[in-house]
Amino acid sequence: MPKLLSGAEIVFKALEDQKVEYIFGYPGGAVLPIYDELKNHKTIKHILARHEQGAGHSAEGYARSSGKPGVLLVTSGPGATNAVTALTDAYMDSVPLVCISGQVPTHLIGTDAFQECDTTGITRPCTKHNWLVKDVNDLSRVLHLAFEVATTGRPGPVLVDIPKDIQFKKGKYKFFKNTLKKKLNGKVSKKISNQELDKFVDLMKKSSKPIFYTGGGVINSGPEASKHLRELVSLTGFPITSTLQGLGAYPGDDPQFLGMLGMHGTYEANNAMHDCDLMINIGARFDDRITGKVDEFSPGSKKIHVDIDPSSIGKNIKVDLAIVSDVTELLKSLNKRFKEKNKNFASSNKQKTSKWWEQIGKWREKKSLNFINSNKVIKPQHAVQRLYELTKNQDTFITTEVGQHQMWAAQHYKFNKPNRWMTSGGLGTMGYGLPAAIGVQIANPGKLVVDIAGEASVLMTMQEMSTAVQYRLPIKIFILNNEYMGMVRQWQELLHEKNYSESYTAALPDFVKLAESYGCVGIRAKTPEELDEKIKEMINVDKPVIFDCVVDKAENCFPMIPSGKPHNQMILGPEEEEEISDEGKILV
Amino acid sequence: MAKSKSAYSVPGKIGKIERHIIVVWVDNEAGVLARIAGLFSGRGYNIESLAVAEVDKKKHISRITIVTEGTPQVIEQINLQLKKLVPVHKVADFKRGEKDILFRELALFKILGNSKKIEKVKKICKKFNPVVLDKTNKSVVIQVTALRAEIDKLALDLKSLGLISTSRTGAVAMTKGPKIFN
Repeated sequence: MPKLLSGAEIVFKALEDQKVEYIFGYPGGAVLPIYDELKNHKTIKHILARHEQGAGHSAEGYARSSGKPGVLLVTSGPGATNAVTALTDAYMDSVPLVCISGQVPTHLIGTDAFQECDTTGITRPCTKHNWLVKDVNDLSRVLHLAFEVATTGRPGPVLVDIPKDIQFKKGKYKFFKNTLKKKLNGKVSKKISNQELDKFVDLMKKSSKPIFYTGGGVINSGPEASKHLRELVSLTGFPITSTLQGLGAYPGDDPQFLGMLGMHGTYEANNAMHDCDLMINIGARFDDRITGKVDEFSPGSKKIHVDIDPSSIGKNIKVDLAIVSDVTELLKSLNKRFKEKNKNFASSNKQKTSKWWEQIGKWREKKSLNFINSNKVIKPQHAVQRLYELTKNQDTFITTEVGQHQMWAAQHYKFNKPNRWMTSGGLGTMGYGLPAAIGVQIANPGKLVVDIAGEASVLMTMQEMSTAVQYRLPIKIFILNNEYMGMVRQWQELLHEKNYSESYTAALPDFVKLAESYGCVGIRAKTPEELDEKIKEMINVDKPVIFDCVVDKAENCFPMIPSGKPHNQMILGPEEEEEISDEGKILV
Repeated sequence: MAKSKSAYSVPGKIGKIERHIIVVWVDNEAGVLARIAGLFSGRGYNIESLAVAEVDKKKHISRITIVTEGTPQVIEQINLQLKKLVPVHKVADFKRGEKDILFRELALFKILGNSKKIEKVKKICKKFNPVVLDKTNKSVVIQVTALRAEIDKLALDLKSLGLISTSRTGAVAMTKGPKIFN
């Protein structure tokens, strides 16, 4: 007869078998038995956050920068509800997370017991799946299934709710592998047929105005996918643009790369999307920030959509060729098929796409990311550019909060590798970047990790600096401080007659002193002359740093697709601002 | 404020609304119905009727029949989203009015009245497999099985004959002939 283990022991046994090295969490009454067991498992290190949301975002940062699932351990009631934002964030951005939550003992469930909440009920819409384990003999099966669900198909968060009595009870442990009989996401994975590949190649051959539009799916598919993507782009000679989440899959400084597309994307990327005759969407989901007005989205193009999640295809935009597949698998077979029959395609096809590239060149001449620099105040774009120039020669990981600084980071920091860019795109969670940086640093010791932040966002999870100090994680919090919720202020300026309702933060803390009180290093830069030196100082400190970069308060984030307009009608800069119609004002 | 014509929140052209019957095979586990219902409410889909019961005692499989309305795009999304749920085994979908599909709903009517009235009620219900489940000298409980519209009409007709209570199920469905849903 196999040895019986307690529920808490089973949890760790399962984590060990899943090769988990780090868990991010916060203890509490309903998870004490699990925390008690922690000391017996030396291969698993617990990172104590200061708030469960912070633990969740750290787990996300860990997952996104390492490709492994992030594990989160929280207590019942407020522990679980505090984790909801992070779970939803992970759900929107397809990040594999396994959240283990404590629950009140089974006999108290439903009695409104102390720190009880309906955790599985609350997290049902923000997880791929969740379980309330009521029998200790189910626990090992459920835990392994949880890892499988989180990491297969389109990745995402899952939650396992374990009542306290189950953590004490003895039961059998078994390592379950591939317990899912059916393939996730509804469709049985089938080999991509040659017919599909040939149609794909045929569409590419016929096109004279093609564009690749790639997204987070390429990153999620693993580093192999980026390699194959680069090969395909060079085989075809086609231009490529990327979504916010896809940055890094293709080198940001490559001449075939048109920059990010979408609401704050480049002029050339958005115009190319609008005017192309073939759009090849690989691992992106036609999000509303990308498509703008759906009826006028890329009206003249054939569209190919590759996605692992069948429900992403045809949800917002109808396509001509839909391929449900993992990106790596598809690209591997496509490249092979393509090479078999089309040697030297890029050079022989040059003629056909030369006019297209000419047109793209004209759009590029607009230099849509340009801004008017100043020698008196630090322009936020300039700060990001300097940060890029001074860090590009080392393997740097960037996280962000949400707002103007996030868009400037996406526009001006050029990524050359996947998994180097962690930002909250789908949910747009202010306060994501700092705790995410903690997780990134844990997964990548010795590497430079910078959170490009806004002062408003970063205050939402500032308490996690304490975590960074405790674990000696030398993360750099690079705050573009304009004392405003910048993106809110920008919208108010453009859409609400400059009525800056509640978007100014009075009584901000002194970030340098704040850094010192946390036991890390505070640096402030106020003028463009001192910026470079201060950034270098930040990079060279082997301690967590809060960098208060005092930037122009009134700067807006351009280019921008204004409300009610299709892709080819962008505002390029302040001189081009025009009246936005009432109809358009409703959007955010 | 003017009605939204925003680039980011306006729907595209709205397609024609169709009524569909969606049959879902699920593991009969705690919370599974909440998952299905939550998917519909969370994504703004509409449930017109719902019928659910375990159909395989050994494997604990429940069969859920959902009647819903939506544009073809919405219906496709409903299908695909349902298939993503972990406890869902398979999903079958067909349009109301498809030829080789059978639909039935069951209704119980309680009618007050003398025996003469009750005879009249039975006559009206005759086409719909009426079964008298309970009878007193003042009342009758009668069961019928029919299509939704037929039951709607019956309920209306019975109103003047002393109908005081109606209880109805959602629709259940099955294919005609030897074929089964795949």
